[in-house]
Amino acid sequence: MDLQTIAFYLLAGVLLVSALAVISARSPVHSVLFLILAFFSAAGLFVLLGAEFLAMLLVIVYVGAVAVLFLFVVMMLDVDFAALKEGFTRYLPIGGLVAGVLAIEMGAIAVIVAHGGAAAKSTGPVVPVGHVTNAETIGRVLYTDYVYYFQAAGLVLLVAMIGAIVLTLKHKPGVRRQVIADQVSRTTATGMRVVQIKPGEGIAP
Amino acid sequence: MSGGVGLAHYLTVAAVLFTIGVFGIFVNRKNVIVILMSIELILLAVNINLVAFSSFLHQVTGQIFAMIVLTVAAAEAAVGLAILVTFFRNRGDIAVDDASMMKG
Repeated sequence: MDLQTIAFYLLAGVLLVSALAVISARSPVHSVLFLILAFFSAAGLFVLLGAEFLAMLLVIVYVGAVAVLFLFVVMMLDVDFAALKEGFTRYLPIGGLVAGVLAIEMGAIAVIVAHGGAAAKSTGPVVPVGHVTNAETIGRVLYTDYVYYFQAAGLVLLVAMIGAIVLTLKHKPGVRRQVIADQVSRTTATGMRVVQIKPGEGIAP
Repeated sequence: MSGGVGLAHYLTVAAVLFTIGVFGIFVNRKNVIVILMSIELILLAVNINLVAFSSFLHQVTGQIFAMIVLTVAAAEAAVGLAILVTFFRNRGDIAVDDASMMKG
């Protein structure tokens, strides 16, 4: 058993155990932390497969952005999470049944594809050839053949950003906001008032 | 086979991860945060499949597609959590099994 095999089984084991912990943890904060562990293990599997760029992307995007977003939301909402846990045992049998059937089917398909499909004759994970790194390979393909998909992905992110802002932006009544148009459209006539003051009296506001 | 770990190993791990995600949606019917995390696990399983095939078939296309899936997953998480925050503001809790405000 060489080092790569040991690393694979270690990472896969940590990935699956932490995934189980995500769905069964008592507190959602623990769930998010186990989710981060699962993403780290998956990034390790990607490195084993020779996809270093995607592994780093997974760590940056998921651990750095998505998991932290989850953590913020979980800690921001003041929810009684114990009450949300009560259906766990009730849905355990039907969930287990569906999950078991799904696992058997997908496992069978995986074994069949790996032994009889297009990848049957593959010899192993691709290793970097010469000086061309994984990131360079992806860049050469991504910005030429798949440039429209790349742009579409950017559009998806833009729409998601605007959607999230629109959904969560709340205008509180009674908060004075700066309105640039009103400020610019002020003239001397509307912005200035000439007051004649009689001697001995103050100015009424 | 390099080190005895073949394509079937990776596909099996992805299959089990996908199954855990589906199972998580079943058993956490009330807690929408854990449901969103289960969806993230499912998308991660899909990504492992794509990258494994990409690596074993010596084609980089699978990794490009995995990046697209990653983008969609991030967008989905952002919008889902925004909806969750709005839902919590309107109702005061996040129990989704009896959410029927939009039934009309």
